[in-house]
Amino acid sequence: MKRNIYQFGAALASGIVFGFGLSLSGMLNPVRVQAFLDVFGNWDPSLAFVLGAAVAIAYIGIQMMKQMRHPAFDHSFQVPTNRKIDAPLVIGSALFGLGWGIGGFCPGPAIATLSLGIPQTVVFVVAMLIGMTFYDRVWSRTP
Amino acid sequence: MTIYLESLSGGMLIGASAVMLLLLNGRIAGVSGIVGRLAQGVGLTTNLAFVLGLMVGPLVYLLLAGGLPTVEITAGWPMIMVAGLLVGFGSRMGSGCTSGHGVLGLARLSPRSMVAVATFLSTGIIAVTVLRGIGL
Repeated sequence: MKRNIYQFGAALASGIVFGFGLSLSGMLNPVRVQAFLDVFGNWDPSLAFVLGAAVAIAYIGIQMMKQMRHPAFDHSFQVPTNRKIDAPLVIGSALFGLGWGIGGFCPGPAIATLSLGIPQTVVFVVAMLIGMTFYDRVWSRTP
Repeated sequence: MTIYLESLSGGMLIGASAVMLLLLNGRIAGVSGIVGRLAQGVGLTTNLAFVLGLMVGPLVYLLLAGGLPTVEITAGWPMIMVAGLLVGFGSRMGSGCTSGHGVLGLARLSPRSMVAVATFLSTGIIAVTVLRGIGL
C-alpha cells in the first residue's frame, strides 16, 4: 500500500516536471514544431536542442539504471526488449510523423495543453484516443 | 538566443523527468504508451498520476514564469482531427512517439527507436513541406 503511494507520487512528480519542461522548451507550440519540421522552408532548428538535451540526460539515467538491481519503488525495470525492426514499427512511425507534421502536436504536448482550455487540443486528444483505441482494440486484434 | 536556452533547459527537464520515472518506478516515460495503457485500464493509478502531472506542468510554468506557454494553432478543425487520429493510431502501431522512442529509445541506443525517429522525422518533414507547398 505504502509502495503504491510512493509510485503514485513519483509518477505525478515526473509528469509535472515533464509538463513544465515541455512548456519551457517551446514544444507546446504547434507553429514552432511545424517550423522545426520545415527544413526546406523557413527552418527553425531550436527544437532540436530539446531532443538533444533530453536524450543526453536520459542517457545518464540509463547508465545509472544499469548499476541498480531494481527501481526504488518496484521489483524490476520494465524496459522494452524487442529488437526486431518490423513493418508495424515503420508504418506506425510513418503515420505518426504525418499526423505530427499536420497538427504540430505529439501526445505529450497535446495532453499537457489540455489544462490550458484550448478547444483544438481537446478535439486533437479525443481524435488521438479514438486512433489509439482503434489500433489497440480493433486493428491489432484482427488477423 | 533565449529560445535556444529555453529549449535546452526544457529538454534537460524532460530528460530529468524520464530519469525520475525510470529510476523510481522502473517505467519508460513514453506518453503514447502511458496514455494507451490508461485508455485500456492498465496500471490505472500511476498512469493517471503521470497524465495529471503532465497537465499540471503548464500551470506550474504559469506560476513561475508569470504567463502561459505560447500555443499557436494554424491547422483547421478537419486537419486537427486527421492529425489526432494519425498520431493516436500511428504511435500505438509503432510502439512509441517522440518521448518513448525519441528520448528514451535514443538514450538506450535502441535500433528500433533509431528507425522510428528517422521515420517520423522524415514523414513529419514531408507533411509540413506538402502543406507549405499547397499554401497551408
